Amino acid sequence: VIFEVFRQERKGVAFEHAGSVAAPDEAFARAYAHEQYGRRGESVALWVVPRGSILEVEDFVDELNNNYHRVDGYSLKAKLAEARERAATSDR
Amino acid sequence: VNELLLAIADDELVFGWRDSEWTGIAPMLEEDVALSSIAQNEIGHARALYQLLSEDADALAFDRAPEEYRCSQLVELRFVPDWARTIARRVLYEAADELRLEALKGSADAAVAGLAAKIDREEAYHRMHAEMWRDRLRAEPRFNEALAELWPYALGLVEPGQRTELEARFDLGGAEPVERGAHAEGWPELWEEMTMVRRSIPGAGW
Repeated sequence: VIFEVFRQERKGVAFEHAGSVAAPDEAFARAYAHEQYGRRGESVALWVVPRGSILEVEDFVDELNNNYHRVDGYSLKAKLAEARERAATSDR
Repeated sequence: VNELLLAIADDELVFGWRDSEWTGIAPMLEEDVALSSIAQNEIGHARALYQLLSEDADALAFDRAPEEYRCSQLVELRFVPDWARTIARRVLYEAADELRLEALKGSADAAVAGLAAKIDREEAYHRMHAEMWRDRLRAEPRFNEALAELWPYALGLVEPGQRTELEARFDLGGAEPVERGAHAEGWPELWEEMTMVRRSIPGAGW
C-alpha cells in the first residue's frame, strides 16, 4: 500500500505534502514515514494517509471562459491605480 | 561500571556494524532506510559511551586488539542475507537493551544516568521497529526458530541479575547463557574489516 505523507515543519504552520512511503500496514507506514520524513528533525508532526483514502478532484470545466471566477480574471492592479488616481484628483 | 559501559559500547558498535551490512540490500527500500538509520544510531550510542569512558573515543573503538573487545557473540554473528535471524536478533537485543538501560538510568553517576536516558529515548523507536516486525513474523517458523536459536546469546547480553526479567518477556524457557569473553567465529574477520582503514595509516587525523 502506498501512503502519502504530509509534514509540519513547525507547530502552527500548515502541513505540506512531503512524499510517499510503501508499507504493508499502518504500523509500518508510521515507522517508515518517521524514518523518511522525520529523522533529521525536519518535522514536528506527520500525517500519514493511505493513498486510496484521498479524494481527488481534478475536473474543472470552464467552457464559457467565465474568467470572473478566476483569480487572474479580475485585475485589481489596474482598478487600484484608477482609484488612487481618482482619490488624488478629488483631494485637490 | 566502566567494564559494563565498555561492554555495552562494544555491543552497540558491532551491532550497528552488522545491521549496516543490510544497507542497499534490505527486502524493501523503506526498510533499507529504516534499518540503516537504526544501525547508524547504534554506532552513535557506542560513540557517546566511548566518549564517556575516554578522551579518545576513536582509539577505544578501533585501536584495541580483537580479544580486548567485550561485545557479546549475539552482535558478532553475520546474518546477511537471512532476514528472519536479523529481525530475531533485533527483537531480542532491544528487549535486553531496555533492561540494562533502565538499570543505568538509575545510576548514581549523573553523566551515566543522563546518557542512558538519552539513548533510551532513541531506543524507544528501535523497539517500536522491532515489535512491529515481531508482530508481522509471529507465525513464521523461520522467525521462531531464529528466536530459539539466539535465545542463549540474548541471555548473555544482560547481567545475571536481569535474566529472570528477560526470561519473563519471552516464552522461550531457560537456557545456558552464552557469556561474554569468547568471541564468535566471524569476529576476527569483522574486526579486520572494521579497523582496516584506521590501521592503514596509524596515528593519522581524519
